[in-house]
Amino acid sequence: MGTSDLLLRLMKALNHCQLLKADSSIGGYSALEIEPMHWQTVAQMIQQDQGRFAGLWAEELEDVFFVTVCFCIEKHYLLMRTSLNKKIPLKLSSLSCLYLAANRFERHTHDLFGIEFIDTDDSRRWTRHQAWQANQFPLRKDFPAAGYGTGKTPADKTYPFLQATGEGVCEVPVGPIHAGIIEPGHFRFQIAGEEVLYLEERLGYVHKGIEKIAEGKDIHHLINLAAHVSGDCTLSYAGSTCMAVENALQITVPDRALFIRAILAERERIANHLWDVAAICNDVGFAFAYYQFGRLRELWLRTNAYLFGHRLLMNCLSVGGVQKDYLSATAIDLLQHELVPLEKEVGELTHILDTNASLQNRLRTTGVLSHETAQAVGALGYVSKASGIDFDVRRDAPYAPYHQCEVSSPVLSDGDVAARLSIRLKEIKSALTLIKDLLNTLPSGPYQTTWTPPPYPTAGIGIVESWRGELLTYVSLDATGKVSRYFPRDPSWFNWLALERLIYRDIVPDFPVCNKSINGSYSGCDL
Amino acid sequence: MMNRLLYSLLQTGLFVFIAPLFVGIVKMFKCWLQNRSAPSVFQCYRDLRKLFHKQTILAHHASWIFRFAPYLIFSITALIASAIPFIVSPSQTVGFTDVILIAGLFGLSRFFLALAALDIGTSFGGMGASREMTVATLAEPALMIAFFSLAMMASSTRLDIITTYLSTHSLWFNPSMLFVALAFAMIAVAETGRIPVDNPATHLELTMIHEAMILEYSGRHLALIEWAAQIKLLIYTILFANLFLPFPLINQLSLSAIGLNGGIVIIKCLLLAWVLVLAETHLAKLRLFRVPLLLNMAFLLCLLGLLIHVIAEVA
Repeated sequence: MGTSDLLLRLMKALNHCQLLKADSSIGGYSALEIEPMHWQTVAQMIQQDQGRFAGLWAEELEDVFFVTVCFCIEKHYLLMRTSLNKKIPLKLSSLSCLYLAANRFERHTHDLFGIEFIDTDDSRRWTRHQAWQANQFPLRKDFPAAGYGTGKTPADKTYPFLQATGEGVCEVPVGPIHAGIIEPGHFRFQIAGEEVLYLEERLGYVHKGIEKIAEGKDIHHLINLAAHVSGDCTLSYAGSTCMAVENALQITVPDRALFIRAILAERERIANHLWDVAAICNDVGFAFAYYQFGRLRELWLRTNAYLFGHRLLMNCLSVGGVQKDYLSATAIDLLQHELVPLEKEVGELTHILDTNASLQNRLRTTGVLSHETAQAVGALGYVSKASGIDFDVRRDAPYAPYHQCEVSSPVLSDGDVAARLSIRLKEIKSALTLIKDLLNTLPSGPYQTTWTPPPYPTAGIGIVESWRGELLTYVSLDATGKVSRYFPRDPSWFNWLALERLIYRDIVPDFPVCNKSINGSYSGCDL
Repeated sequence: MMNRLLYSLLQTGLFVFIAPLFVGIVKMFKCWLQNRSAPSVFQCYRDLRKLFHKQTILAHHASWIFRFAPYLIFSITALIASAIPFIVSPSQTVGFTDVILIAGLFGLSRFFLALAALDIGTSFGGMGASREMTVATLAEPALMIAFFSLAMMASSTRLDIITTYLSTHSLWFNPSMLFVALAFAMIAVAETGRIPVDNPATHLELTMIHEAMILEYSGRHLALIEWAAQIKLLIYTILFANLFLPFPLINQLSLSAIGLNGGIVIIKCLLLAWVLVLAETHLAKLRLFRVPLLLNMAFLLCLLGLLIHVIAEVA
């Protein structure tokens, strides 16, 4: 990992102020060890250096809790970690005054570890609905994996939503059960007429205890679990988890396996983008595009099932490579033959979408996310790219095999639904080009490497560009090689915040299409 | 007189019973246009039968309005259907045929639907009712002006006289007729809740207009409301066909005359269904706040039609 000048300067400044306890690294990424009392100060210095907040998680060890934050400064990742002694009250100053997005991570951490974040406006419970008591913390080692309660979870009726008052202002609760087949999430609108004054999300309805389930699993089972975190990006989750483990164990993955992984990742991107374009059009009653893009996606998924054994590419990866050598000569031929007609059809359909005045009229200026807001919430993926933030992990912090390819990542500045739709169409195109390049330069060799788990505790981080954007995964292993902490951070943690903000002063009937254009993962955030 | 009553009843019965078929045909055309295989044209009948057999669930605090509205809405719609010249020439049937009354009856049925939506007290019902009324306040005046323009040409507000007048005078290319026809099509789309004003096929509660009002209905209540909506679509289609694609209904009660009239009506309906489907496939749904622009335009077109008629055509 390279270190930018900015990072060096930051380290120097921290050393100078004696804020740095130690300068270490976790799984290949530089990490700053600091005292809890300097937590906010150092974060502030990083923020002043335009550092982007990229996630926060905690971990329990023998006598301490580690709290780690990931920042991204000028395309370089930097970790900041502190340890909280169990013997004294678990308190840490909040970063939500510096970074909007830190709030939900802190509430998640509080609900699951009991670490209190002070100086924050919002310390309401987040992941904990009513399934466990306020004084129980499921991710602590002394909490049984089976939990305590066996009965039905009581309804979560008392969550204090922010309420607007005034003449003609009313509150509209939507969800968690929706009319379509989508994941559950609750949206609380404060509206005046049709105008949205405030939208508050209440997620956590698909909390599955992924982090707890992962504990004590061996690495193979972890990869299997990772694939099940969020069904629409099963490959990205498995990929980033593999990468984290490989970083932790310093496994070198053979080139052929890396190429196959990248081809699979791009296939996942294309399938999801096709379906999103279809769904956005359907939400505004443009059924033609819905069926056409849906048809293309279905054909694409059938090839997945035929060649890789699963429509959504579940269980294709393994630590050190891929499950098997999927790409025989005939398979490569089939994949290559699939690219040309898809590219042609997407091109034709894109032309139809672009030139349909009625559709463009509907989508343009709807749900505008400004560049500033996108930066403030730390939006990722197509959401940020449509608002003028030019960042793509594959190009800017490349991991193998993307460092050998030319990744063209689109960027637009309008920030509306039409821009997010357009980014997806452009990404489909660039992913097709990538697959073509990868297939043409596919190296031969083994698809898997052998490795042995280490006899010491270790940890690693994997960061990939999933179809939703940057996906970060932290894995730590104990001395027996079993998982002691697993935290996958979905890009939707940030994009959900973007949704809350972009709907402000828009109208209620625009919400579904705005929501679809963000398409945050519920399962990936609820964990 | 007895015969005329009988014909009226038979014709109305036929109208009511083929309305779901017409919606089925529209759906079939739509599927064809989008490269899909279509469900049977009789699917709407199956859906209605299913709903009639299902249990009807009522909210605890539903008042009589909620229970009463589906029957009222269905009856009013069927009543309007009886007033529309359909297959038998209007002179052979009985009944009221005043266009102002027709517009008023549509308003009455809408009033009860909105009341029922509010009655249950859900946020979606209230939202749907408020949107429906916004659309109605703009669509109804436009509809009235459209009727007035036609009434001025025929010197009567009676639908049978207007229809006969239009079918015996070739006014197809009168500018006023073109304006009014275009406006009437826009009003019809808004009144029947089709794309681009409303999307009858959506599952998104927050975007609905008509569907949001009937979210709490189930079983036979829902069946009646759905059926009424299907009749309404056919009413507007037949009205459009009668007024703007006029073809004199043969004033006889022979089988051949009825067969010929029926055949012509079918051809006109299929043609209009195809036009509707083309428009719906080509257009996305409008933003809710752009709907008033569409309806204002319809109003303006009607008014222009009326003015042109007064200024240029009367003389």
